[in-house]
Amino acid sequence: MADIRNNFVGIKSPNPFWLASAPPTDKAYNVIRAFKAGWGGVVWKTLGEEGPPVVNVNGPRYGAIWGADRRLLGLNNIELITDRDLQVNLREIKQVKKDWPDRAIVVSLMVPCVEESWKAILPVVEETEADGIELNFGCPHGMSERGMGAAVGQVPEYIEMVVRWCKANTRMPVITKLTPNITDVRKPARAALAGGTDAVSLINTINSITGVDLDSFAPQPTIDGKGSHGGYCGPAVKPIAMNMVAEIARDPETHGLPISGIGGITTWRDAAEFMALGAGNVQVCTAAMTYGFKIVQEMIAGLENWMDEKGHASLDDIVGRATPNVTDWQYLNLNYVAKARIDQDACIKCGRCHIACEDTSHQAITSMVDGKRHFEVIEAECVGCNLCVNVCPVENCITMEPLAAGAMDQRTGKPVSPIYANWTTHPNNPMAKVAAE
Amino acid sequence: MPEGQFKEGIAGGRLAADQYADNFSDLHPPLDHHEALVESDRCYFCYDAPCMNACPTSIDIPLFIRQISTGNPIGSAKTIFDQNILGGMCARVCPTETLCEEVCVREVAEGKPVQIGRLQRYATDVAMSENKQFYQRATATGKTVAVVGAGPAGLAAAHRLARHGHDVTILEARPKAGGLNEYGIAAYKSVDNFAQAEVDYVTAIGGIDIQNGKALGRDYQLSDLIRNYDAVFLGMGLGGVNALRADGEDADGVTNAVEFIAELRQASDLASLPVGRRVVVIGGGMTAIDAAVQSKLLGAEEVTICYRRGHEQMNASGFEQDLAAANGVTIRHWLQPKRVIAEGGKVSAIELEYTAMDGDRLAGTGERLTLVADQVFKAIGQSFVPAALNGSGAEIELEAGRIKVDAEGRTSLAKVWAGGDCIFGGDDLTVSAVAQGRDAAESIHRSLAQG
Repeated sequence: MADIRNNFVGIKSPNPFWLASAPPTDKAYNVIRAFKAGWGGVVWKTLGEEGPPVVNVNGPRYGAIWGADRRLLGLNNIELITDRDLQVNLREIKQVKKDWPDRAIVVSLMVPCVEESWKAILPVVEETEADGIELNFGCPHGMSERGMGAAVGQVPEYIEMVVRWCKANTRMPVITKLTPNITDVRKPARAALAGGTDAVSLINTINSITGVDLDSFAPQPTIDGKGSHGGYCGPAVKPIAMNMVAEIARDPETHGLPISGIGGITTWRDAAEFMALGAGNVQVCTAAMTYGFKIVQEMIAGLENWMDEKGHASLDDIVGRATPNVTDWQYLNLNYVAKARIDQDACIKCGRCHIACEDTSHQAITSMVDGKRHFEVIEAECVGCNLCVNVCPVENCITMEPLAAGAMDQRTGKPVSPIYANWTTHPNNPMAKVAAE
Repeated sequence: MPEGQFKEGIAGGRLAADQYADNFSDLHPPLDHHEALVESDRCYFCYDAPCMNACPTSIDIPLFIRQISTGNPIGSAKTIFDQNILGGMCARVCPTETLCEEVCVREVAEGKPVQIGRLQRYATDVAMSENKQFYQRATATGKTVAVVGAGPAGLAAAHRLARHGHDVTILEARPKAGGLNEYGIAAYKSVDNFAQAEVDYVTAIGGIDIQNGKALGRDYQLSDLIRNYDAVFLGMGLGGVNALRADGEDADGVTNAVEFIAELRQASDLASLPVGRRVVVIGGGMTAIDAAVQSKLLGAEEVTICYRRGHEQMNASGFEQDLAAANGVTIRHWLQPKRVIAEGGKVSAIELEYTAMDGDRLAGTGERLTLVADQVFKAIGQSFVPAALNGSGAEIELEAGRIKVDAEGRTSLAKVWAGGDCIFGGDDLTVSAVAQGRDAAESIHRSLAQG
């Protein structure tokens, strides 16, 4: 049986599935329900400084996009950090940690960008015996207008400064949560590392408008006729988040920096993919908000089952396994040649591959052969782009088949070279590095 | 004496009063908004879609389904009506399982086609409930066209002609318009008086004058129409019913299935409609199924369809046969009627002979079977009655007993077109009649435009 116990920067949890800082972790009631359901840990919803609590809007806080049958694909929110009294939160954190010592409790924090504010909050959090803190440098709405959240996360120098204050004023591990609303995620990650962070977590939510009411011409979610950008999350953001995780994992400057992966994780498979790209554990929110806490049972069982099937004994066997395979385009092998192949027994003759290729790509799939409706790849035209595979409604009906070295590529009229060769040495590249004579 | 369901002979009131409404409710209840969205998402928007090619009216099915999925049912209805102005009725009565849905790639892939018929009904219901009219008449041409018969072919022709600005007079023998949509379809396929609602929807374009109670050959002659109108479209359907060719078939209790179906559709109180306790239906098509199932729904205890050939040769689709079976109708094959047995002038049984293929020919085997019956329905096909055409003037050319037309619907007579069940070469489907009426109207329009 695979061992999925997690040790993330010294914080131990029975599995790598944490609930992200968000509404599901705003109070003891929810967190206890989550622990009963089996979640390995939580990041308690962001606490602010002592004083009058934050206020939220009293209209819709969420917007969404859906697939057919209203499957939720993307969720957006304009909720702020916790609007509960600081002392109530601290009391509850302390009690829950005491009652659930085997689970991880990390406390998310966001206070003004002055050292005194951080010096004030850190000891009172430490006193709860929480396992660590997460710095919320990602919240993209409301708080950022007040110089916090993403407003800090978008300035690497601020990140480094605040992380340094925290490391200087607490013994707790510091996880720095990054915003995706930047150009190059490596810069804030490097800054966090320079400040001495123990780990980064990403991604926070993405600036978004989920829809426009075409009667009132108001963006959604709509508050009294107006809307404000919210933070986008859910299954739709997963590919964006995975790329950012991989960018940090493979950056020579931050390689080895622990990462807690966040962004659209809904199933055990999503979690395994994030971990393969370099995440030491994962945080989940939208999936729980859509289906409830019970989904963690599928995640735990699914991850264990896959690890058993593949012979992975512990999480260390899978974390980062895909990272070395993420590279720059210029290093991809240009001598690798694949062609689409349509399994005629599986083909249901919908013709989507044909029309996609014919209208928008390479005219490499027939629609009619000998007067009969028949879809077949014309190898001499096929560039192996994979579009037909992606639009085919039948799984495994169209596959990309690599040509063996020496086989004739009918499109180029040349045999496939057995030698790895990339753009850096390609003759068409004016910057090509010429091999030494 | 037994009462209710077990009453001997042909009688009404076999069921409890509230049972009739249940029995004759919508066969395929309409999809609600969410169901329509989910079902429309199943469509793959195929290239050169097989469903579209299988539709006799060539409706752009992938496009109308996509319009439903994007929340545009009105646009969807227009896509349908552009090709088939009777798209509402066709959505209800088309044997989709042998047309669009049979070739749906999801039928091929998983045995579960997109429910095209029900989606078509969804879109057309939305448009018709809002009385959304999509077409305006072109400038009046001053040309007049007579249409014989207000069935699917005649209505489709009339609508297309009216759109082009011609003035149309429909002459209909029956008291109501609609043809078989009104008189010839099982009640559970067209509830809530839909056929008349559709006639109103189609004629709302204007320029169509329907005159009821006007029978060709009785009230006027074809030569009158040729003389008085710029063009004539014949869409009068089939007036004759094939005989059983069994001894004693004139006994009381032997009825034409089409008349029974028409009577049922027009009945104001189904409880008062008489039906036999033991009913035998002779035939193997849709009419046989409609008569048999409705007999059962009226409370007949025992209903048996006897067809002279095998299961594969039945004209009724697999779906229709299953529907009959699900309603408790027994379908027996390889039996042909020989003799109606009567007592006191009333049917008491029917004697049948087993059949078998003798090479290419169907032949009786000599073995006989007698089924007790107090009602026998003849559903062995209808035939065209050409006599009405021949009151005076030149005779129209027939082929195999029906009117001969060319690819555009032109008959052998100048100025005369025809379509629907009365022409040779059709398949006796509502949707085909619509296509023929529509295409003949375009041919008439081209001809009138030339002067």
